[in-house]
Amino acid sequence: MDFNFTEEQTMIRDSLARLIKDQYDFDTRRKVVASKEGWRPKMWAQFAELGLLAAPFSEADGGLGGGPIDAMVVMEEFGKGLVVEPFLQSVVVGGGFLKRGTDGQKAEHLAPMMAGERVFAFAYAEPKGRYNLADLETTATKDGAGWKISGHKAVVVGAPWASHLIVTARTAGGRRDTKGIGVFIVAKDAKGVTTRDYPTVDGRRASEVHFDNVSVGADAVIGDVANGLPLIERVTDEAIAALCAEACGAMKVAQTMTVEYSRQRKQFGTPIGKFQVLQHKMVDMFMEAEQSVSMTYMATLKLDEDDVTRKKAASAAKVRIGQAGRFVGQNAIQIHGGMGMTDELAIGHYFKRLTIIDSEFGNVDHHLKRYTDLSAADLAVAAE
Amino acid sequence: MNLDFTPEETAFRDEVRAFIRENYPKELTGTGTREDLTREQFLAWHKILGKKGWSAPAWPKKYGGTGWTSTQRYIWSEENARMDTIMPLPFSVSMVGPVIYTFGSEEQKAKHLPGILSGEVWWCQGYSEPGAGSDLASVKTTAVRDGDHYVINGQKTWTTLAQHADWGFFLCRTDPSAKSQEGISFILVDMKTPGIEVRPIKLIDGTHEVNETWLTDVRVPVGNLVGKENEGWTYAKFLLAHERSGIAGVARSKRGIERLRDIASTETIDGTPLILNGDFSRKISQLEIDLTALEFTELRTLASEAAGKGPGPESSILKIKGTEIQQRLTELTLEAVGNYGAPYARGMDGHGVNDFGVGPEYANFAADTYFNMRKTSIYGGSNEIQRNIITKMILGL
Repeated sequence: MDFNFTEEQTMIRDSLARLIKDQYDFDTRRKVVASKEGWRPKMWAQFAELGLLAAPFSEADGGLGGGPIDAMVVMEEFGKGLVVEPFLQSVVVGGGFLKRGTDGQKAEHLAPMMAGERVFAFAYAEPKGRYNLADLETTATKDGAGWKISGHKAVVVGAPWASHLIVTARTAGGRRDTKGIGVFIVAKDAKGVTTRDYPTVDGRRASEVHFDNVSVGADAVIGDVANGLPLIERVTDEAIAALCAEACGAMKVAQTMTVEYSRQRKQFGTPIGKFQVLQHKMVDMFMEAEQSVSMTYMATLKLDEDDVTRKKAASAAKVRIGQAGRFVGQNAIQIHGGMGMTDELAIGHYFKRLTIIDSEFGNVDHHLKRYTDLSAADLAVAAE
Repeated sequence: MNLDFTPEETAFRDEVRAFIRENYPKELTGTGTREDLTREQFLAWHKILGKKGWSAPAWPKKYGGTGWTSTQRYIWSEENARMDTIMPLPFSVSMVGPVIYTFGSEEQKAKHLPGILSGEVWWCQGYSEPGAGSDLASVKTTAVRDGDHYVINGQKTWTTLAQHADWGFFLCRTDPSAKSQEGISFILVDMKTPGIEVRPIKLIDGTHEVNETWLTDVRVPVGNLVGKENEGWTYAKFLLAHERSGIAGVARSKRGIERLRDIASTETIDGTPLILNGDFSRKISQLEIDLTALEFTELRTLASEAAGKGPGPESSILKIKGTEIQQRLTELTLEAVGNYGAPYARGMDGHGVNDFGVGPEYANFAADTYFNMRKTSIYGGSNEIQRNIITKMILGL
């Protein structure tokens, strides 16, 4: 058992933290979020230069030889700085699919992704599907050697910045069947792809993406076109672990900002941090944040275990972090009082990010049910 | 970062697992609740471990510890929890022992450590008083120097299992003029000394687990003072830190969740097992998830200790979350047994462990255990006191 970071991981953390401190202060972020583009391609290029986008990939795949722990390190720093650039979407999810693709796909897509030249977004959710990864109305029908994709994908985070989309679609079976799902790489400028771009409440950009008979070749298929769900679940669990790390970063900052504010803010002639009722609230915030870190380590370290263990670990982490994020966010606002309600202070923006993290890749209720169903399945196996 | 055990650690696990299986007294397996055990039952496993040299794994090797790594100690407690063993009581091995080998004289070490290790000597803790609970520094029991003796007068309370005790460690005021935390001394007292009276306190679960201890002109040799006079508060704080570190109880709670799942698989609701009822099974899931968070927080603490960094700030979480989880576990167990939570097993004729036939066996003490476990967020520095400590030590407020 070992909870130490490697030298490389520590280096990634330190250099990224420095970069964010120098070039990603809250006022700069505010300007970026309000800008026409909503992100900084130049910052993305810097991330690529630092090696961040290649860090979690094996050397055989052209990466720097790291893995999910490297992604965790990056995402925690992103969380601290409320970084909007699409590391989760392009590197963790896009790269997560691509590294399990063919050599041709790796050469075509993974290498330029790691160089920051291609940016991926994950078009999986649908207007009626909620958090069920298999509830798909988007279809892919065979068309000669290739496929034609039609459908509507909802709230595709990072799509306005993306050059390519990873698209899940039904290739056979009924709407919620677990079999008959395929994963496709689609260039965003392909004929038949239209998007409606918009900002999200937490400072990012997303799109509704419509596919109208979009043609892709056979080489656009990642994995088993008739049974893609296990791969989708696997990559999604990796995304959950990374997202949890981002939440940890945001929670740590929200918690320490609140403690700091309580030291400065005086009422009744006393810093409000002297009031025991607020002290105990802040201790609870601290404990929630620390336990979230523990859960993030747990989920990240279990990503390569058997399917059931991995799924339960990811869901357990997402439940705990969803609850912790809500507690820390709400109480951070409460203790900041009226100032916490203002757009001017950073704390509200941490609160908003933490709020949306709960709903990404399944909220508390969804994952509590998933965890419970997996436990019941365990029980049935044990009984046999 | 990784979660793997090394081949040596796996071999160690197999070794201790086999040792427990072969040596744990058969008659003590599956014993209902701790509160009803006799002195001999309490000490049986402790004595076996004493002979093996495994009764105090956390101690330095030179005082009789095992020299195990923190991971090995973790494995050890996991394996004991799996088998539901009755472990050595904390008062001797986890509390007074470390105080004696850290601050005590050579004579005290030679006299007391062997009995603590072997399980021959039973220790109790004389800390709390009627007027000194969470505010421990306001103890009023006095120890006045008289030649080669201290004369102790006062009243202690919540003295756990003092009815069995041979020795006790007491916080006494030796300088009445000093302000509260100063002027306290840490004194070892032979419980057979004239002037000590131990009176039972019956608790809400019907057990006699704690006592009032009255001390009237109790004469104790000066050589029983640990460390320096008037510096007992330092040792008391040291001891409380030790008490906290073992208090998470992760492995025991894991075992408790397994037992809860078994109960919920037997109990039915509308003809289906309770465990398949969404409302109830999600409560179990939530508890198990919270326990996982605690487990990994503890593992991080162990790793930080192993790296020689000492327990990090996360260690302070262990007492609060550990006890909340233990309490929640007993709460859900009581919920799970339904109507049969109500019969009062200890109040029945012919009362004896597993001796009564009302309801399923697992229901017998569900309510009592739930009632009893409310103590956990009160003792060892209440959870509110723990929050005060985190406020000061970590948040710096």
